[in-house]
Amino acid sequence: MAEVNNQMLGESISAQFGNQVLSVEETYGTLDIVVEKSIIIPLIKWLKTHDKFQVNFLTSLCGVHFPEQNDRELSVVYHLHSFINNIRFRIHVFLPASQLEIPTLTTLFAGANWMERETFEFYGIKFIGHPDLRIILNVEDMDYHPLLKQYPLVDATRTDKDDKYFGR
Amino acid sequence: MINISDDNFEKHKALNGQDQSDQELKQYNYLNLGPTHPATHGIFQNILKMDGEVIVDAQPTIGYIHRAFEKLAENRPFYQITTITDRLNYCSSPINNIGWHLTVEKLLGVKTPKRLDYLRVIIMELARIADHIICNSVVAVDTGALTGFLYVFQWREKIYEIYEEICGARLTTNIGRIGGFERDFSEKVFAKINNLLTELPAALSEFEKLVMRNRIFMDRTVNVGGITGERALEYSFTGPNLRAAGVDYDVRVMTPYCSYEDFDFTIPVGSSGDTYDRFCVRQEEMWQSISIIKQALKNLPKGDFHADVPEFYLPPKEEVYNTMEGLIWHFKIVMGEINVPKGQVYQSVEGGNGELGFYLVSDGGRQPYRLHIRRPCFIYYQAYPEMIKGSMLSDAILTMSSMNVIAGELDA
Repeated sequence: MAEVNNQMLGESISAQFGNQVLSVEETYGTLDIVVEKSIIIPLIKWLKTHDKFQVNFLTSLCGVHFPEQNDRELSVVYHLHSFINNIRFRIHVFLPASQLEIPTLTTLFAGANWMERETFEFYGIKFIGHPDLRIILNVEDMDYHPLLKQYPLVDATRTDKDDKYFGR
Repeated sequence: MINISDDNFEKHKALNGQDQSDQELKQYNYLNLGPTHPATHGIFQNILKMDGEVIVDAQPTIGYIHRAFEKLAENRPFYQITTITDRLNYCSSPINNIGWHLTVEKLLGVKTPKRLDYLRVIIMELARIADHIICNSVVAVDTGALTGFLYVFQWREKIYEIYEEICGARLTTNIGRIGGFERDFSEKVFAKINNLLTELPAALSEFEKLVMRNRIFMDRTVNVGGITGERALEYSFTGPNLRAAGVDYDVRVMTPYCSYEDFDFTIPVGSSGDTYDRFCVRQEEMWQSISIIKQALKNLPKGDFHADVPEFYLPPKEEVYNTMEGLIWHFKIVMGEINVPKGQVYQSVEGGNGELGFYLVSDGGRQPYRLHIRRPCFIYYQAYPEMIKGSMLSDAILTMSSMNVIAGELDA
């Protein structure tokens, strides 16, 4: 069995999913694969059940906000790891701010549950089919998503902090 | 607690004129465990659905000490983020610190000298020992054995004295800098490490004699809070909890960093993933860590204790006061006016309780554009309800402490 490497993995994914795979590139030795939202679950399922790749581990899942990218404002980044081949790679899916919906990964990895809840809380990305999509770290009635770039570090509505006492 | 007696049960059946299963008639009671319960060793809340003393379901609530580290990190220069990482798993801060330094070094493409790698390995393994000492002795406390806890804590204290000698701090260490240590280890540091290495093994084996084959301890831990290897992988478990379930995944071996490939050590694995296996895996890992530190001390190369990164590593004070270049670098570093390359990196280290990963997205600015921290606790704690289902309340306490859930890391 040929050793699995980044190039081979990228080529196999491109061959299997054709033009649904938007780009494949290697940065700092790790493969970055950008794909369409529609194939994210089939792709990860294919990788997980593939004879050779056996991508059996979801390392992490998070969101990133790029406010100046039109129609690709938010991205969901999946870090995956195949223990058998010892290969790590990332899959990115870009979403427009007007439609922040993506299918849930909890059907394939039970551990995606809280990772998706955290991403929902921070970025407002809705994971369709998630069993319990609620805010996890902050208070339940928080009505905004704090890691979006438009929110400054210090809450602008606070009145208990007077700048003059801090020399600002 | 409302019990439905057999008498009532029969009556109820007759009333409804149909067979109703025992399950439907049963009434559960709910118990609020935490958030400030002394037995949970931190701020964890679980609403337990109980049938008598047996747990039917649990609903964890987390986030009581959420401090928005990921948002904070987007607003700070790189070197100031080290202090944030201290407060993740505060039982082994040096691992977090060095993990963060390695992430930035990876982004900058820094080549580290061997001596620095070995010194970092020594510190990280000391931190692992300290972390496991806390976890394992607390497991013993939760089974009722307080002696072992008070006894081995002396050696955790000695490890903290080593940190103190190196960086001045004990718990939230902020150890080292991006690029290396601020100064080479003094003779006193090596003397303290050697002292620890001669004294710790005796204490550890005495602790094992107290606890490991103790009838009460084994009755309380064997087959308690178990998880299968497959399920653990589904839940993205890492660290001792995954290894106790029989999967030999260790970041130090799988993706070596800091020259871990130079060291000879074994990865202990368990079989049933229960509390006892987790305890034994941690115990064996301490022995392996001692062996790694010994190897590192024996083969410690001569050379630099820091890499050549003028953009991040503060120049010596003579240069700052006497040369223009030194002064400029000093100013730029302290004010955080250093731009880093554009790109994204993921760097992980084997923390005290699993794979601690930093996913750093840089837009070429002075602060991270996005920093996501993969906290092992946060990921494996979600399996907790599944692991305690069907066990007793007292087992739930033990399962939590043996999973080594650290509130600082859980809530980030």
